[in-house]
Amino acid sequence: MRTQHIISIKDFDREGIDSLLDKAALIDRQKGRSDALNGKILATLFFEPSTRTRMSFESAIARLGGTTLSVGSVDACSMAKGETLADTIRVVSGYADAIVIRHPREGAARLAAEFSSVPVINAGDGAGQHPSQTLLDLYTIRQSMPIEGIDVALVGDLRYGRTAHSLAFALSLYGVRLHTLSPNGLELPETLSADLRESGMEIIAHDAIDDLIGEVDVLYVTRVQRERFPDSASYFNVSSSYRVTPEILTGAKEHLIILHPLPRVDEIDPRVDDSPHARYFEQSRNGVPVRMAMLREVMQ
Amino acid sequence: MKNAEAGDNEGLLVRRIKNGTVIDHIDGGEALNVVKILGITGTTQEALSIATNVQSKNMDKKDIVKLTNRELSKEEVNRIALISPKATINIIRNFKVVEKKGVEIPHLIEGIVRCPNPGCISNTNEPIRSRFEVHLKGLHCCYCDWMITKDLTSHII
Repeated sequence: MRTQHIISIKDFDREGIDSLLDKAALIDRQKGRSDALNGKILATLFFEPSTRTRMSFESAIARLGGTTLSVGSVDACSMAKGETLADTIRVVSGYADAIVIRHPREGAARLAAEFSSVPVINAGDGAGQHPSQTLLDLYTIRQSMPIEGIDVALVGDLRYGRTAHSLAFALSLYGVRLHTLSPNGLELPETLSADLRESGMEIIAHDAIDDLIGEVDVLYVTRVQRERFPDSASYFNVSSSYRVTPEILTGAKEHLIILHPLPRVDEIDPRVDDSPHARYFEQSRNGVPVRMAMLREVMQ
Repeated sequence: MKNAEAGDNEGLLVRRIKNGTVIDHIDGGEALNVVKILGITGTTQEALSIATNVQSKNMDKKDIVKLTNRELSKEEVNRIALISPKATINIIRNFKVVEKKGVEIPHLIEGIVRCPNPGCISNTNEPIRSRFEVHLKGLHCCYCDWMITKDLTSHII
C-alpha cells in the first residue's frame, strides 16, 4: 500500500477535509482517549521553534496510546554536522512509525515524504504550508457555524503568513466570501488572490477594521511581525490600527467568532478574551482532536 | 535532391551534416537557449552549428541548430518545447532525414529549471533535482508551489 502523507491542504478536496473533521469531532465527543495507536512511535523533527504545534502533536499521540521520539534541539542533531535532510529522514523513518516535521525551507516536507518509508506530516515549511493549522481553523469555524457561504475576514500579515494562505485556499472550497485587511506591502500575494478569484472566490479588500466588522461571520487575525517594518514607531502605528478591541466589536454580528493562530502580541486586546466572540484558545485546544484524527488517518 | 536538412537558406550558412540532429524552426533568437536547455556546453563532445535569424517562409525569423553525431531523445526534444513550441526535429543518418517530428510540451520537467524561490528546498545541497509541473500559466515548483510565469530562460540551470 502507498504510504500516506499530509503535506499540503491543497492535497485535499472538500470531501477529504470534511471526512477528517468528522473524525476529529467523533474523537472530541469520545473525550479524546483511545489505544488506537498503542505501541506506535511518532518522531517529531522540529528544525524551527514551536510550542503549540509540537505539544499538541505530542499530546495527540499520547492520547492515542503511542509515544514520541524527538531530537531535542536542532543544534544537538546531525543536521548541525551537515547531514542532508534526505539522509536524516531515511534514518529516522527506520526508528519511527510516522514523522512530523517543521523546517525553515519551503518544500522540505515534500522532500521528506520522498525519502521516508513511513508517513510524513508537515507541521510548517518556511512560508509554505501548515495543513494541520488549517484543518483546526476549519474545525473551529465548523463548531460555531456551517462553513458554506459565510463571510470570513483575514486581518494582519497576509503576505508572509502561511496560515492565512492555506486557510484562504481551503475556504475557497466552501464558497466563502473573503474580506482582507492588511498593512501596505503585506497584502495577499497577487498570484494567490488571482488563483482564488479564478476558482470563483469573491475577495474584498478593506482599509479599516471598522469597515468590515459588521459584515463578517469570522474574524481571523494574524500577527504582524515587527521585523517587517523599518523601525519600531512605524510598527506600533500599524499594529495599533489593526488592534481588535471591545469597542470595535460593538458593531459586530452577534455570532461573530474571532480566531488567531497564536502567539498573539498586540493584535487582540486581552479584554476581548472574555467576550463570547473570542475562540482563539478553544481553537488552540482543537489542535489536539484534529491532530489525533490526522495521526489515525496516516498511522493506522 | 532536396537539401536533407530541409532548411530554406541555411545551406548557405551551415554545412549539411552526415549524422545527427537538426533542430529547425526555432523561434528567432532562441537558438542559444535551446543549446543551453539541452545541456550542451563548450566541454561536451558534439560538433555544433548554429544559425540565427535566418529568413523563413513560415516564420518571420528562425534559428537552426545542428548537432553532429547525436540523436536527441524524446525527453530532450520536449524540453525544447518550453522555449520554442514550433521547433521541428530532423534526425539525420547518412545525409538523409530518417525521422521528422514536432515537439510536445512535457507535463513535468526535472533538473532543467532552477526554482527562483531562494527559500525552496530544491536550492540546497539535498540529493534532488528541481521539479516543475507545466501549467498553462507557467511552471509550478513541485516542492514550494512557486510559479514561474515569465522569463523562463533566465531560470534554466
